[in-house]
Amino acid sequence: MSEIFGIPIQAFMGQLMLGLVNGSFYAMLSLGLAVIFGMLNIINFTHGALYMVGAFGAWLGLTYLELGYWQALLLSPICVGIFGIVIERSMLQWLYKLDHLYGLLLTFGLALVLEGLFTNIFGVSGQPYSIPDELSGAFNLGFMFLPKYRAWVIVASLVVCFVTWFVIEKTQLGAYLRAATENPKLTQAFGINVPLMVMLTYGFGAALAGFAGVLAAPAIQVSPLMGSNLIIVVFAVVVIGGMGSILGSILTGIGLGVIEGLTKVFYAEASSTVVFIIMAIVLMIRPAGLFGKEK
Amino acid sequence: MSRSTIGYLALLAFGLAAPFFIYPVLVMKVLCFSLFACAFNLLLGYTGLLSFGHAVFFGSAAYVAGHALKVWQLPTLLGLLAGTGAAAALGWVIGSLAIRRQGIYFAMITLALAQMVYFLFLQAPFTGGEDGLQGVPRGSLFGVLDLSDDMNLYYVVLAIFAAAFWLIQRTIHSPFGQILKAIRENEPRAVSLGYDVAKYKLLAFVLSAGLAGLAGATKTLVFKFATLTDAHWHTSGEVVLMTLVGGMGTVFGPLVGATVIVTLQNELADKVGSLVTVIMGSIFVICVLAFRRGIVGESLALYERMIGRR
Repeated sequence: MSEIFGIPIQAFMGQLMLGLVNGSFYAMLSLGLAVIFGMLNIINFTHGALYMVGAFGAWLGLTYLELGYWQALLLSPICVGIFGIVIERSMLQWLYKLDHLYGLLLTFGLALVLEGLFTNIFGVSGQPYSIPDELSGAFNLGFMFLPKYRAWVIVASLVVCFVTWFVIEKTQLGAYLRAATENPKLTQAFGINVPLMVMLTYGFGAALAGFAGVLAAPAIQVSPLMGSNLIIVVFAVVVIGGMGSILGSILTGIGLGVIEGLTKVFYAEASSTVVFIIMAIVLMIRPAGLFGKEK
Repeated sequence: MSRSTIGYLALLAFGLAAPFFIYPVLVMKVLCFSLFACAFNLLLGYTGLLSFGHAVFFGSAAYVAGHALKVWQLPTLLGLLAGTGAAAALGWVIGSLAIRRQGIYFAMITLALAQMVYFLFLQAPFTGGEDGLQGVPRGSLFGVLDLSDDMNLYYVVLAIFAAAFWLIQRTIHSPFGQILKAIRENEPRAVSLGYDVAKYKLLAFVLSAGLAGLAGATKTLVFKFATLTDAHWHTSGEVVLMTLVGGMGTVFGPLVGATVIVTLQNELADKVGSLVTVIMGSIFVICVLAFRRGIVGESLALYERMIGRR
């Protein structure tokens, strides 16, 4: 069998893999958004910019400090996480009592600032970042060639998503976190330092975005605008999945990535809009989102 | 004469005299964006709905009006009407989807749907893709008044703005406007009083989209082109910023905000280049942190405090 629905299997599987890769990024970013929204009640528009900063962290590390890919994979998310904590302490913490929309507006402004600064310094054209030696090349699966880097992105993001799910749903720390999301005042009354947890949550969400950025750096070119184009699709993913469940965010992200990839095979013109069309359909049928609860 | 009447007359006098000492095209740009911001404020300030994709109405009207004037060669006023109508129709479609969710989701849905339409514009043949729609003729008013002259066009734009501004004021102070405010203050209570909240929200959304469209169509007439920038989410962010800087939920706030932001962009564009985005972002952050009532809102609060002290 060399064809599926009249499409060469090589092209079909290639787009499927690409869809899985994109889906991994959607999953990691929408997971971060959901975790942050749960704790801070803020839709973090800066998320795309933090993803971009993470990718630039890797590129800067390689260009100026000769830090390799693996060091960048560790250091860049930590730096982005610390940066996130600074943002939370210096700005976001004053907004929790206000209407949700102010959080969105502030993080939107921050995203503009970051994007503008990086554009001003590095220009809008992309910076190439080469795939590390260990991960270049491809596996020959018999019926197709699987680039090693794509396989690595999918595996790494699945592991990170799984660990996040495990920590939040199955550990003591996660139990505090869920309690603080449900009822911060009562949780604080039990002697848990809720503001500290809020701060760490935002830092973790930011680090997750930074990690996704480093993963993305060799797959696409590092450019100041890479985040803002992605974040709007991730918003649609979040609307489709609903932010109630962590597993829901992950599944929706990967699923939509795959659908987008397959759309490229069958009807390429619609590939940039298919996620939004699905969002419109979901809104008509199930307004609360696939995994969401109507409040 | 009441104080507000004097205010309106002074503003009108300034509007009539402005092109004699300020470059008319700049004032027209300010008027277009003021109208855009006023339309947006009708939704955010008076209904409590944050639409983060309003540029799509501005942009689609700009394209439709441009297409109608250039390709179909319709008379100028019909071209403007076509743009406004198209934006209102699009507003009905996007609005009926978006009002199914509340609060922050509403903002995300409008942003996402606007991005979808933006991608359609990017691919559609009639928009000219990256180049945009160039060389739109201004035509003439009723075949009499030649609009290629900036001064003639200016007074037409001023009249359009004044009429739309009046319509918005009438809406806000009408029973319909009072219900919108009730929805903003407490939606469940408005529901329990028997109002069909979804219907009112949708109507407000369509009205706001149509007026934003009128602003976009008029902008095409002024600059003789329509581009992708008009429909980009950056423009959506700009109109939010204008309303925020001026003061949301105030009558003159959007006008002041649009004037400040357009003037600032105009002044800064040559001097700092791409740092404009950084400055706009910083204004956003500062406004949200320290200045949430905006210029007009803070001035009113200050004025009231002084009255109270006396």
